[in-house]
Amino acid sequence: MDNEENSLLDHITQGEYKYGFVTDIEMETAPKGLNEDIIRFISSKKKEPEFLLEMRLTAYREWLKMSEPRWAHLRYKPVDYQDIHYYAAPKKKQELQRLDEVDPELLQTFEKLGISLEEQKRLTGVAVDAVFDSVSVKTTFSETLEKLGIIFCSFSEAVQKHPDLVREYMGSVVPSNDNFFAALNTAVFSDGSFCYIPRGVRCPIELSTYFRINAARTGQFERTLIIADEGSYVSYMEGCTAPMRDENQLHAAVVEIIALKDAEVKYSTVQNWYPGDKEGRGGIYNFVTKRGMCRGSHSRISWTQVETGSAVTWKYPSVILLGDHSVGEFYSVAVTNHHQQADTGTKMIHIGSHTKSTIISKGISAGRSNNSYRGLVKIIKRAQNARNFSQCDSLLLGDQCGAHTFPYINVENKSAIVEHEATTSKISDDQLFYCQQRGISTENAIGLIVNGYAKEVLRHLPMEFAVEAQKLLSISLEGSVG
Amino acid sequence: MLIIKDLNVSIQDKKIISGLNLEVKAGEVHAIMGPNGTGKSTLAWAIAGNEAYTITGGSITYRGRDLKELSPEERASEGIFLGFQYPVEIPGVSMTNFIRTAINEQRKYRGLQPIPAPEFLAKMEENKKLVGIDSKLTNRSVNEGFSGGEKKKNEIFQMAMLEPTLAILDETDSGLDIDALKVVANGVNKLRSKDNAIIVITHYQRLLEYIVPDFVHVLYKGRIVKSGGKELALELEEKGYEWLKN
Amino acid sequence: MEQIVKTMSLKEQLSDQFQRHRDIIGRNDTPLIAQAREQAFHRFMEQGFPSDHLERWRNTDLKRTLSLDYDQDIVAPALNTEVSNLLRCNIPHFDTFLVSLYNGWYISENGSWITRPDGIVIGSLAQAIKHFSTLVEESFARIGQATRNGLEALNNAFAQDGIFIYVPDHVSADQTIQIVSMVDHDRNLLLQNRNLIIMGKNSRLKLVHCDDSLNQQPSFTNTITEILLGEGAVIDHYKLQNINDNSSVISTTLFHQEANSQLSTHVTVLNGGLIRNDIYVDMEGENCTSDICGLYLVDKNQHVDNQVQVNHLKPYGTSNQLFKGIIDDHARAVFNGHVHVHRNAQKTNAYQSNKNILLTDKATVNTKPFLEIYADDVKCSHGATVGQLDQEALFYIRSRGISYDNARLLLMYAFAAEVINKITIEPLRLRMDDLVKKRLRGELSICDQCVLHCRTKENTVSFDIDMSKI
Ligand SMILES: Nc1ncnc2c1ncn2[C@@H]1O[C@H](COP(=O)(O)OP(=O)(O)OP(=O)(O)O)[C@@H](O)[C@H]1O
Ligand SMILES: [Mg+2]
Repeated sequence: MDNEENSLLDHITQGEYKYGFVTDIEMETAPKGLNEDIIRFISSKKKEPEFLLEMRLTAYREWLKMSEPRWAHLRYKPVDYQDIHYYAAPKKKQELQRLDEVDPELLQTFEKLGISLEEQKRLTGVAVDAVFDSVSVKTTFSETLEKLGIIFCSFSEAVQKHPDLVREYMGSVVPSNDNFFAALNTAVFSDGSFCYIPRGVRCPIELSTYFRINAARTGQFERTLIIADEGSYVSYMEGCTAPMRDENQLHAAVVEIIALKDAEVKYSTVQNWYPGDKEGRGGIYNFVTKRGMCRGSHSRISWTQVETGSAVTWKYPSVILLGDHSVGEFYSVAVTNHHQQADTGTKMIHIGSHTKSTIISKGISAGRSNNSYRGLVKIIKRAQNARNFSQCDSLLLGDQCGAHTFPYINVENKSAIVEHEATTSKISDDQLFYCQQRGISTENAIGLIVNGYAKEVLRHLPMEFAVEAQKLLSISLEGSVG
Repeated sequence: MLIIKDLNVSIQDKKIISGLNLEVKAGEVHAIMGPNGTGKSTLAWAIAGNEAYTITGGSITYRGRDLKELSPEERASEGIFLGFQYPVEIPGVSMTNFIRTAINEQRKYRGLQPIPAPEFLAKMEENKKLVGIDSKLTNRSVNEGFSGGEKKKNEIFQMAMLEPTLAILDETDSGLDIDALKVVANGVNKLRSKDNAIIVITHYQRLLEYIVPDFVHVLYKGRIVKSGGKELALELEEKGYEWLKN
Repeated sequence: MEQIVKTMSLKEQLSDQFQRHRDIIGRNDTPLIAQAREQAFHRFMEQGFPSDHLERWRNTDLKRTLSLDYDQDIVAPALNTEVSNLLRCNIPHFDTFLVSLYNGWYISENGSWITRPDGIVIGSLAQAIKHFSTLVEESFARIGQATRNGLEALNNAFAQDGIFIYVPDHVSADQTIQIVSMVDHDRNLLLQNRNLIIMGKNSRLKLVHCDDSLNQQPSFTNTITEILLGEGAVIDHYKLQNINDNSSVISTTLFHQEANSQLSTHVTVLNGGLIRNDIYVDMEGENCTSDICGLYLVDKNQHVDNQVQVNHLKPYGTSNQLFKGIIDDHARAVFNGHVHVHRNAQKTNAYQSNKNILLTDKATVNTKPFLEIYADDVKCSHGATVGQLDQEALFYIRSRGISYDNARLLLMYAFAAEVINKITIEPLRLRMDDLVKKRLRGELSICDQCVLHCRTKENTVSFDIDMSKI
């Protein structure tokens, strides 16, 4: 590597987190630690029905028997689960009905993030369900949606107003004992989003939530449940930021998606939780379970993620392809810098016949980070004519980082066609030279190339997100992306 | 020789050819033209018997036999040859062995003994000269790494080796330089006889200057919308297809 | 002969046997070897046999293998036939220098320690402890320190015999050396041997290693081969595995490469109940190349597992993995190729490819092509496919008049040929070619004869199509 390139990469890898600021709002917080009483406290705070408390307690008891997974290519200080607040709610003065009743400071926070609710509401026609720490503060656009019969509200509200739907679907894709973090989430989840699209309805706007971890030593355990009834369609966007804090904060969310016959769900995530500083201090531990189930025939679930944040990411948005002719997709760009570590990928479980899955994963590692793709493609015996195509590429910027690919392919049916391809490389000198020869600075050239490299994934994002994602890529690889 | 009646062909539930009629007699050369994506190749696949293309209605009769009953290899052995628009690469299978195997299997089907090696080699030499390809190509795997033009020449070479009764050439002329075009024409004209028939699918009138057709058909949206003599090709060259579209 | 008491688990039996007979097992040991043996025994007792909790053992279950009772000889049993009767190789025009392991013990017509005219020393491991004690000690120490799994430790505790080959600096072997490991007994046997091949600077060697069984008696082979390539050394290594359906082979091969050395290793699995190949390649010097290929054709209830770990430790290395398999009936194939490019292994090129064809819905494939990369100026890629024969190609061939069955065979053979064609020893390649054809035709399905020592006069196989020209 020549000197110019070196200093450039230094520059890129020195970029600091731009979303670090702390919101000062009075909080109502549960005492630190986890036990059955805390769970009862959370449940009663939220006035939950009995079945939910039972579910929490069962999950908690399961969790006690489980141990934290260690198989991922990640190294981090063990989490002290007793040193976490499991509940933190912004103190509410009253029920909020209109946007201008929302705490102005809160609104400012969102504005700093460039996602002011008002802006969003006026300019983009996006319905936003903002999850601030753990309680959903405001849902906009609900009236428009109500007319179509679409339910889009906070999880707590759904528990109160649609307990039957919650009871039927919650835990049907991610059972409470699915894994260590899912069990923890089921036991202590605070709030999240709920979405139901009725039969035959195409949701006319992109639904969106913003998650933000704010309080010190609070875990964020949100829970999202999306149900797309027969023949419906919805595109759902999730954005996440967290302020700068020294300690490592824990985030263990669960997202469940159910697509019935002919339904289609697009789930897009832009994740830029605080990644820690240049020395690797602080940052979010992001241990998330996201899974969709294509229950009906010809249903389709597609995950698109742009992962630039978190100190540690452990995340495998997956699709269970149960219905015949169902389709699962996973498009991912994961950027790691400084001391970040990501172990992310997907699982595509083919059960129905003629099921199809596509996996496109683009990893970009810089600094001293480690970025792993881990994915499973499983074709069970009865899954006739299943198809999978996977492409997992890694790009290395600098010689202190690591890029890894761990695909698992299990095939039990002879009619399956499974193809996996992966490459690992750095930006080629030829490409750089070609750009330079045309008068593009090395810095911009790297930016161009990285963006081009990620394009295949970015084009799957909704418009509003694509712009933000590109911006994020440039922030994460500071100074390089034009 | 070939009678197509009210043919309907679908691929993956998508209807491509609907109600197509065509008769080709021994000794005739037919040209099929038409805009991109109208079903020319589909027709060729259906005649050759590609199972991905389902015949949902009508019939194709070849020398009095319903082709539906025959597998692709039986059709080939009955004398049908398809020159592919996009010849397939088969890594690991050498050209020489591929052709010899094909000849011998076809001979077996017709109750003949395998071709004696000297005869086979002589025929190879003769046809290599005819289409102007050299041993460097025939020693390689089938179509692997061949250039676009080489693949097309290779199709003509195989046709010459297999001596079919009905040859369907799907855009064998595209991607060829002038000299190669003459080579293709030569190959086809050599096959031309009162007992054989040829269908050429092409976009260019140029080829038809070398292979003069008896009939020209225009295929549009899965059916033949106009037929005529060789003049029709000239007319199409001049006017395009717009005037035929209603 | 040591009869193992049948009420204990295999692990307990082995522990018991080791403790009662450690003096006999270690009768030839130097103090260092004895120490490594002792440590390894304790490590095995801690780790036990690998279970599916270990990442590398997730898809290979040893339960069935371990449920049988085995005898393990701790001194070489008497041979009840002439050595020359056992050692015959009927590959036409295949001129090799033959050494054998008969039920795990070294036998040779030429004696247990020979120096060939070209300077190459060949002998038994037991002899090597006397003549090259340091080299053997180092090997025992290396494996003794490895903590990958209990089986390696177990081998280090029990291994007494095996093949030792020493190729001095600048010597090129003028003849292919062939090792034949034969299992032929009426008891269930557990065999643990150790082969050590040392290649000096700029030396060259062609080595063919065959695992055969001569009857249907179950056996369990746990073998380790270490091959050290000195600077600039070049080896062409082949392994053929054709054992009976009731037997298991766990074969660990460790290659250590010094600068500028070139490794080519090629494994062909034709038959076996459970076959597991652990291949480790450590590129310890700069500018090494290694080609690692494998072909597996399995059917019935067979299980084949190829695990390849290539460690690029120094710059300018090139590695190339190509594994292909055709899986029939209830058989299962597992592949895990792991390319690990360490931080200072810049300018590495690493390629890896695993392709599988499943012939039935009872057959399964688990493939894990891993890349773990810590250096940036590298070119690494991998690909894995599972599928059937290319339908387009199948149609193309049929459209030329070739029957469905033959078109299929042609494509299957073409699929396998890519690997077979990498065999550079002509007579061996022709033989493998022939065996693979037979295997694909189903004519060599249950092979209860060894590959290279067929006792019956072989029927000539007649193909409708002449595949030798492919
Ligand atoms: N495997 C397939 N799946 C879906 N659609 C197909 C498939 N094969 C062909 N088609 C569609 O069928 C239509 C007819 O295709 P066909 O190849 O027969 O056209 P063509 O007339 O030969 O065109 P061209 O002049 O470009 O060669 C096209 O719209 C094409 O996209
Ligand atoms: Mg066409």
